[in-house]
Amino acid sequence: MATGVAAWLPFARAAAIGWMPVANCPMPVAPRDNSKRQDELIILNVSGRRFQTWRTTLDRYPDTLLGSSEKDFFYNEESKEYFFDRDPDAFRSILNFYRTGKLHYPRHECISAYDEELTFFGIIPEIIGDCCYEEYKDRKRENLERLQDDQEENKDMKLPNMTFRETMWRAFENPHTSTMALVFYYVTGFFIAISVITNVVETVPCGSTANQKDMPCGERYTVAFFCMDTACVMIFTVEYLMRLFAAPSRYRFMRSVMSIIDVVAILPYYIGLVMTNNEDVSGAFVTLRVFRVFRIFKFSRHSQGLRILGYTLKSCASELGFLLFSLTMAIIIFATVMFYAEKGSSSSKFTSIPASFWYTIVTMTTLGYGDMVPKTIAGKIFGSICSLSGVLVIALPVPVIVSNFSRIYHQNQRADKRRAQKKARLARIRISKSGSANAFMQSKRNGLLNELLELTATEEDEQKLTKSTSLIESQHHHLLHCLEKTTWEARNTAHEFVDEQMYEQNCLETALQTYTSRSPSVSSHDSSVGTCCGRRGKRNSPLPNASLPSAHPVPTHQSPLQELSALHIQCGDAPSHTASRSNLNLKSDNSSRINCKGGGRITTAIISLPTPPALTPDGDGLHGPPQRRPPPPPVLPATQSIQTTTSSAGVNIVKVSAL
Amino acid sequence: MKSRSQDQSLSDSRELDRSYDPLTGSLTDDSELATVSYRPEGLDRLVQQTSFNRKELQVLYRGFKNEFLIVCVSLTQECPSGVVNEETFKSIYSQFFPHGDSSMYAHFLFEAFDTHNNGSVSFEDFVLSLSIILRGSVTDKLNWAFNLYDLNKDGCITREEMTDIMNSIYDMMGKYTYPNMKDSAPKDHVDNFFQKMDKNNDGVVTIEEFLETCQKDENIMQSMHMFDHVI
Repeated sequence: MATGVAAWLPFARAAAIGWMPVANCPMPVAPRDNSKRQDELIILNVSGRRFQTWRTTLDRYPDTLLGSSEKDFFYNEESKEYFFDRDPDAFRSILNFYRTGKLHYPRHECISAYDEELTFFGIIPEIIGDCCYEEYKDRKRENLERLQDDQEENKDMKLPNMTFRETMWRAFENPHTSTMALVFYYVTGFFIAISVITNVVETVPCGSTANQKDMPCGERYTVAFFCMDTACVMIFTVEYLMRLFAAPSRYRFMRSVMSIIDVVAILPYYIGLVMTNNEDVSGAFVTLRVFRVFRIFKFSRHSQGLRILGYTLKSCASELGFLLFSLTMAIIIFATVMFYAEKGSSSSKFTSIPASFWYTIVTMTTLGYGDMVPKTIAGKIFGSICSLSGVLVIALPVPVIVSNFSRIYHQNQRADKRRAQKKARLARIRISKSGSANAFMQSKRNGLLNELLELTATEEDEQKLTKSTSLIESQHHHLLHCLEKTTWEARNTAHEFVDEQMYEQNCLETALQTYTSRSPSVSSHDSSVGTCCGRRGKRNSPLPNASLPSAHPVPTHQSPLQELSALHIQCGDAPSHTASRSNLNLKSDNSSRINCKGGGRITTAIISLPTPPALTPDGDGLHGPPQRRPPPPPVLPATQSIQTTTSSAGVNIVKVSAL
Repeated sequence: MKSRSQDQSLSDSRELDRSYDPLTGSLTDDSELATVSYRPEGLDRLVQQTSFNRKELQVLYRGFKNEFLIVCVSLTQECPSGVVNEETFKSIYSQFFPHGDSSMYAHFLFEAFDTHNNGSVSFEDFVLSLSIILRGSVTDKLNWAFNLYDLNKDGCITREEMTDIMNSIYDMMGKYTYPNMKDSAPKDHVDNFFQKMDKNNDGVVTIEEFLETCQKDENIMQSMHMFDHVI
């Protein structure tokens, strides 16, 4: 039952009065409508624009958002309305759907935006009314094609684990992927050109030899031409075999047009090799040479325009067919007429109807060679009608073909433009992505720096360095931190987010790490490393509870994460140093690193900071510096022991965790 | 809803405007216009005439206007504003009873609703009939039912009329019933009915016989109360 007609249900139920008196048995009990609510007005506030409707209107479609209790999630108690943070313009058509039962697609709306709105409100697009459904489907298809185009572009990106075969295939299909492919592309192009030119030059008269007439070059320099031909064919054969090998679906490749052209291009040569000495078929052999001209079609791999042309002709097949058919009809008609008209005249060239075909074709296409002309008056009249009608018959289907070509061509141009724009877009997206990743690192540094400052520096400095991270950012960074901490391994190494350079640097330098740690000269190295690892080792047990931010204000049981925070602080002040574990070990002696303010004191202070339970213990200042206040000094003495170690370590330790 | 005077003046002015057709320069017929634009009686009058209160009438009218509009437009018919014609009636009814053919019964219903016999059911007719069916006394309801059965409105139900009605009811059930319906079922049912109702065995059922029998029948009286909570 269409829900739109639901309002007539009372009428239908009332109409049942006609059955009552004739019924033989008692009627079942009617359901009582217990929720005898009066129909009320509902206010829907969509981004500030208020829509009002009756509750029953919305209840017509209970499987959508507005018709079900799902809308209660959007109810705003204070203003007694339902608030949706969506597009009010699109909402109009959605609300009209409830009112009228028909969903319309507004033409000015972007298709994907509209789809999103529909999905949000739980309405399936299939119920779009007939009036708008076609338009919707067309737009959707266009959009999909565009997305597919974009996806195909993405295929250009090198997948890490491509087999040799796949790489080769990609190189063949898209020459710009690697230099080898480009070289191959140009080489084949060159040889195609050579082959075509050879074929042409072969037939040119080459100047007479001593004896007699002009010989075509092909017969004069047979050997040279034969060698050229052989070379070209060899190259083509090799290329074909390589393509065949690399093709993901060999069967499909063999059926494709390009491969057929390839085969046709090289086959005559081999056939010719086989049958050179057979006199009977040498005539056929000569014909086979004609097929060599098909090599020129191999250029279509190299030329976009040629492909477009071919595609246009394919897509206009019906128009071309119509053209051909109508032309044929006209030719036959006029040829017959001309034949009978010229039959009377003597020495007429119009010897038969097929002979008149030639005249008709030449006249209709307005060529007019003049080798056949009508002599009788009737013939001339019909001849002129023929030429006039020829113009029309040819002119009619041509614009269709032209417009098809133009559409495809522009589509292609658009695709190229999009590809070019895409590169710029991708670059920008990458920047912003890395920007957000950097923001994370930056905030880590800054957060710790903020802690540092709040303990030591003046208010102004604090303000200066307080990076105002938005709440969302800070929560996001917190999340990333949690992830880092989650991947805290037994080896006491946290997997941390790094940016790309750091990753590579790390890989490089972890190799060196082993060496440096052994160098006896840098004893502090060892100690530092030892303390780091040692300390972490000692703290191994509390590690799994790292997520439990230890609210232990007891200094001896500091969570190592707090220590880390101390370490963080150390390098936090040196943003120019992209700190890494390797740096830690390599440059430990670099006293310039101690440009962190008040190193030792800071460490202490940080360590003795009781970790508020809600925050992650690694002391990221993301939750705002003001929340962290240094504890009262009495705690200090207790942490002396730690202080020393850490300070000694602190000097060396830049960052345990790579930033 | 507009008050009656405003209504009247509006439709008057409309008629005046429309009576001159600018394209052909001719005066169009007044009688045509009268049926084209139609507005219902004022809300107050309807409240007096029927046993619905204001709110109920508002809900009914909104439903009437909206759904009639939808159905009528979707049938791509001429939609005279403000009245329902038989086709619309039939199509609405068929949506509630998709299994069988409800067109005959809808036709009879339409005849019953159309008290003025002008081929269309206005909102007043609609609401007046509904008021009787849903809120009237049992006697009124039975009277209305009798009116429905009495196809030629001559005061008595003949066997043919009853057969027609019975056939239309059984048509609504459709062919696919469980258990399968015998072809003679309507006829048997009519015989049953006449046996029950026709006291003096004259082959017709008069209103008195009808009322008397129904009031004695427990089942029928029970089912009359089914309409108490429809709206």
